[in-house]
Amino acid sequence: MSANTRGKTAAAIEAAGGKALVAYLPVGYPDLETSIEAAVAVADAGFQVLELGIPYSDPAMDGPVIQAATQQVLDRGFSLSEVFQTVEAVTARTDAAVLSMTYWNPVLRYGVDRLAHDFAAAGGAGLITPDLTPENADEWIAAAEKHDLDRIFLAAPSSSDARIDRAVEASRGFVYTVSTMGTTGVRGDMDTAARTLSERIAESSARVGKPIARCVGLGISRPEHVADVLDYAEGAIVGSALVAALRDGGVPAVAAKAAELVTGLHSDPGTLS
Amino acid sequence: MTEKLRDHHGPWFGDHGGVFMPEPLISAIEELTAAYDALRGDDEFWNEFHRLGREYTGRPSLLTEATRLSELAGGARIFLKREDLNHTGSHKINNVLGQALVAKRLGKTRLIAETGAGQHGVATATAAAYFGFDCTIYMGEVDTERQALNVARMRMLGAEVVSVKTGSRTLKDAINEGLRDWVAHTDTTHYLMGTVAGPHPFPEMVRDFHRQIGEEAREQIQTAAGRLPDAVLACVGGGSNAMGIFHAFLDDADVRLIGLEAAGDGAETEKHALSVGRGTPGLLHGMRTYLLQDENGQTIESHSISAGLDYPGVGPEHSWLNDIGRAEYEPVSDTEAMDAFSALTRKEGIMPAIESAHAIAGALRLGRALGPDAVLLVSLSGRGDKDAATAAKWFGLLDEGEQHVG
Ligand SMILES: Cc1ncc(COP(=O)(O)O)c(C=O)c1O
Repeated sequence: MSANTRGKTAAAIEAAGGKALVAYLPVGYPDLETSIEAAVAVADAGFQVLELGIPYSDPAMDGPVIQAATQQVLDRGFSLSEVFQTVEAVTARTDAAVLSMTYWNPVLRYGVDRLAHDFAAAGGAGLITPDLTPENADEWIAAAEKHDLDRIFLAAPSSSDARIDRAVEASRGFVYTVSTMGTTGVRGDMDTAARTLSERIAESSARVGKPIARCVGLGISRPEHVADVLDYAEGAIVGSALVAALRDGGVPAVAAKAAELVTGLHSDPGTLS
Repeated sequence: MTEKLRDHHGPWFGDHGGVFMPEPLISAIEELTAAYDALRGDDEFWNEFHRLGREYTGRPSLLTEATRLSELAGGARIFLKREDLNHTGSHKINNVLGQALVAKRLGKTRLIAETGAGQHGVATATAAAYFGFDCTIYMGEVDTERQALNVARMRMLGAEVVSVKTGSRTLKDAINEGLRDWVAHTDTTHYLMGTVAGPHPFPEMVRDFHRQIGEEAREQIQTAAGRLPDAVLACVGGGSNAMGIFHAFLDDADVRLIGLEAAGDGAETEKHALSVGRGTPGLLHGMRTYLLQDENGQTIESHSISAGLDYPGVGPEHSWLNDIGRAEYEPVSDTEAMDAFSALTRKEGIMPAIESAHAIAGALRLGRALGPDAVLLVSLSGRGDKDAATAAKWFGLLDEGEQHVG
């Protein structure tokens, strides 16, 4: 076991001065090689954290753009070995912390400890687990400790203070701050609910005596969203907007979209709109 | 003292059940759990529920002895629990009325539901009309085609029917879409799960609303046959009509409980819906249970001629009853089910839902094995009107030009 207990994701967010950009891209979309190039391009554009989505047949949290992409990967045949290959390739070529976002059944099927081992061996930072809440996560947390991986749980505007405390205590890396009460997708306006939730997580963090970053996801598609979010959180997570660019224009388009979003890192909130 | 099986509560049924849902839905699930915990012992609530059963659904449902069908079942006595005679034509209304009352208590103004055969969607749309809820029903595109009559019924009742085009375009995808809607609208909306599946408290709550099926039948069959049955048989999709009729008999150790799963093209093929029979434990729709999945943990599409049984998972209480050996789960192929559909229609003048025909097929098979001394209780979970087009096509009863109708 490594002595590193802070984790790669927290280190990447700190290195970014507490203002990080996080990209969601589906593993293997539109094909393995292109997906790796897309992830590298996004990291090269200035994203510090990558979140590689593992395609799953029943993705209850994904919006239409991401679901269409992951369905395409499943239709052509997909196995978890592509995840390890991608993580290995991307960590070899960039400094980004590489997480995976995965529904829990594929992990259970593969074996929790076995997956943690293989993911860590590939150079991965940890997992985001949308349908695994802390009360069901004992086995995963034990495996993550053993293999020194980050585990990122969700907090939602509807979460009680007690549940937020639990997410803060169980998470390492950041708390995934769900900005709107909907599934992933591009939204015109950022939700003020995200700001409130972000504050509640900070209060919880003080209450339980555990500093932790907050990354806001679901709905971010423009540089001004990024600037707004980074005014009150340590990370802005972009998914559907990047996936749509990759779908429509391949690696050049996703690189351009990433570069555009990175401008939000260097501006004051409100000045870009 | 050992716990009675009947007294078992969720969230866990052995290794199965639980709550595996995204955090944004947890507060709605906790709200529902707390409400149901409070209502469980609330006489006023149950009185209202049973009043609706009597005055709106038509309960208690009849028990009919199928004497001519018996000739095809080795002479075994077959008793049909007539949930097909309920208002809206299936057992589904029992659960819908219960959950609609819960939703009212929670102050919700909108109901959403998934549906496969459309029976649960019709029942939900009916309750929405009756109580004055807004209503959206999610239905896989494949099912909107094979159950077109029910789509029309739901729209007549004022519900919005959304045809789901993702994934396998059947029941499981309709559930995913319904959950997505729920995430975005938990403050106003109740997700009215149509079977004993999903996260706690749905499996237990839905079972409790269907428990009356078995409670009534247990009395009725003792009057009619002078004893408890040798076996109780029911089809299993998610498993609600089966849990409903099994529950009263769980602690009657001599009564066999037999769930009939849809074997589609056949149990020996890869095109089936045998979640217990051929599945492995995993997660689907917020529960741990037996499901059809591949070596990568991806849910496999199920196959059945019956939309209501075309589901790759099963309620967690069934998985548990299987594990502890209290219930048995057997396959019935499309062909066996359609033969039973025809047999019941021709011998008794009762056209069953294709779902329910699977239970009839199981009874014919068991009757032949046990002979004339056997007493079998069968859940006739729904009527067959919705399946007339599918059956007509299967049996080649339509002229060429009419093949496309329905
Ligand atoms: C008549 C009928 N029986 C059975 C079922 C299967 O559901 P369950 O297994 O929950 O009873 C359905 C589902 O649509 C149905 O319409």
